Amino acid sequence: MSLQKIGAALLATTILATGASAQDVELTIESWRNDDLTLWQDKIIPAFEAANPGIKVTFAPSAPAEYNAVLNSKLDAGSAGDLITCRPFDASLALYDAGHLADLSDLGGMANFSDVAKSAWQTDDGSATFCVPMASVIHGFIYNKDAFAELGLEIPETEAEFFAALDAIKEDGTYIPMAMGTNDQWEAATMGYNNIGPNYWKGEEGRTALIAGEQKLTDEAWVAPYRTLAKWGDYLGDGYEAQTYPDSQNIFTLGRAAIYPAGSWEITGFNAQADFEMGAFKPPVQTAGDECYISDHTDIAMGMNAASPNADAAKTFLDWMGTAEFANIYANALPGFFSLSSHDVPMEDPLAQEFVSWRGECNSTIRSTYQILSRGTPNLENDTWNASAQVIKGEESPEDAGKRLQDGLASWYAPHM
Amino acid sequence: MRTSRIKWHIVVFLAPAMLVYTAVMIFPLFNTLRLALYTEVEQSRVFVGLDNFRTLFGDPQWSGAFWNALWNNCWFFIIHMLVQNPIGILLAAILSHPKLRFAALYRSAIFIPTILSFVIIGFAWKLILSPIWGIAPGMLDAVGLKFLFAPWLGKEEYALTTLALVSVWQFVGIPMMLIYAALLTIPEEVLEAGEIDGITGASAFWKIKLPLILPSIGIISILTFVGNFNAFDLIYTAQGALAGPNFSTDILGTFMYRTFFGFQLQLGDPHMGSAIATAMFGIILIGVCIYLFGIQTRLRRYQF
Repeated sequence: MSLQKIGAALLATTILATGASAQDVELTIESWRNDDLTLWQDKIIPAFEAANPGIKVTFAPSAPAEYNAVLNSKLDAGSAGDLITCRPFDASLALYDAGHLADLSDLGGMANFSDVAKSAWQTDDGSATFCVPMASVIHGFIYNKDAFAELGLEIPETEAEFFAALDAIKEDGTYIPMAMGTNDQWEAATMGYNNIGPNYWKGEEGRTALIAGEQKLTDEAWVAPYRTLAKWGDYLGDGYEAQTYPDSQNIFTLGRAAIYPAGSWEITGFNAQADFEMGAFKPPVQTAGDECYISDHTDIAMGMNAASPNADAAKTFLDWMGTAEFANIYANALPGFFSLSSHDVPMEDPLAQEFVSWRGECNSTIRSTYQILSRGTPNLENDTWNASAQVIKGEESPEDAGKRLQDGLASWYAPHM
Repeated sequence: MRTSRIKWHIVVFLAPAMLVYTAVMIFPLFNTLRLALYTEVEQSRVFVGLDNFRTLFGDPQWSGAFWNALWNNCWFFIIHMLVQNPIGILLAAILSHPKLRFAALYRSAIFIPTILSFVIIGFAWKLILSPIWGIAPGMLDAVGLKFLFAPWLGKEEYALTTLALVSVWQFVGIPMMLIYAALLTIPEEVLEAGEIDGITGASAFWKIKLPLILPSIGIISILTFVGNFNAFDLIYTAQGALAGPNFSTDILGTFMYRTFFGFQLQLGDPHMGSAIATAMFGIILIGVCIYLFGIQTRLRRYQF
């Protein structure tokens, strides 16, 4: 076939495509982020449609708690949308294994994401990637700048400085040193153990060694964070045993506490609630000058329904999600949900900037329990919640907690048996 | 005249209720029992007989959680039997006193929590008992008993008892109403006859009224038993599916929910969940049978 003929054919399809605007391809996005509905409708979708005429996109979220169940039944019935928002790790992997999510390894836009970013949506051997990473959340500590100024405190860099600061706040008595409760349990694990832990187990190095069975939860690197957590109990507010997550948020935004062990997803809410200036510091290292590690947890991604009749259009959209344009819109509309792409995304929110700046100084890792290790019974993540809360309350020793988790893991996970 | 014809009108009149009941109660019940005999391997359902039960009772991880939940359930029931029902009877006895003023007001006030949603109850009590915003510490402080306050819902040793008492507070109106109704049916003549024989006041209650309301107390006990062993909502709204602290408030209902539907990173396992549901069904069945054949048949009834 000569070049002219190809050119003519291409021209013909272009004319046909533009002429048949009534036959626009329509894409539907399944998501649990109903909070983000306006962001998608007002910013992301118009930007995409402007760049890609002929494709119309609808964002159709369902309630977060029902998302997995609703999505599964829609996929089984063949009525699910073309694009599917992916939960990290096993929930999405199960969909891929069941043939509901398409393999996107060859997608051009994937080149813009690091291996750690993609690890949440890959098969265990890393051979297939089935969702395009969207955003991660970073752990650290948010503090009340006014309180720190009042008490003449500096941002703690090392653990010793961290506890010295807590002691100073406690001594002064105006503020509760740290706002966290153990009632809901997950904060103790997520904002406690997995927040400070990476500095002990050296991020990815320890995490992958644990998965490979080379390290155990009874090793010093995994027990030491519990030992530090055990000291936290003294600095939490009165009755922290019955303090819930919203209680902690309110205590901090009302200005009654000085430090809040945080995830970056709090930024939007805190900006709206708190009327004092906030800053953030990263998990303190053991001795000054140590290499630092942060939990930069992959949280949300987008995949393609394998049964979608509009696979080409869907791939165009997913490819676009790998661009700097998308990263920019998303990260700025939702400060605290950081783009996982390797593009340099300028953000306006100072607190979000602070969080994301640690990526340059420290090594990123994800929460230790999320990949593979929470697949069996007993569930390691749920057990970690329980253990972290018990250790903070002083009802279980760090060593016993480590041993219990290790025994549980060893009961079903072959590399640890 | 003798007839052996089928009475079609009975069938027709029973059919709607039977159909609805079968569709929403009997079929799901048996399907759950059936589901407990399967498991999922490589995306397909496989029949495994009683393997799930072997895991549930044999595997220390599972059986530990099961016995913990069962004991918590028993404790929940014991508190109700020891606190809710005696208080209910006492309130009914007081309310039925002819000289009590504003009886209707008290009756409604005590009964109202019963009709409130578990979500409201759970949330309201969580706030009342909250060490941070709650009014409980302030109230105790006002009477100089602040030292008695503890974050009850967050302490392993108190949490379940606290929740059981919240549930008692909510449901004390039910035994009160049933006993109250039973007390009202006792004829005046019987009491008057007792009075002539010198039985008045408290001894009239113990010797005449109590024996006459025993069948009602039996019914209340069995309702409490079934209600408590099916309980779930209050624990779930107050403490979440993980039934903290450290599973001290985990009852069979929350244990079943966590297993069946999954929780956080734990994927749901409908088959193990059904096995737990079947065990719950068995426990309730045994309890009800003990009551029906062991107690109910021995209760003496009086006809007036």
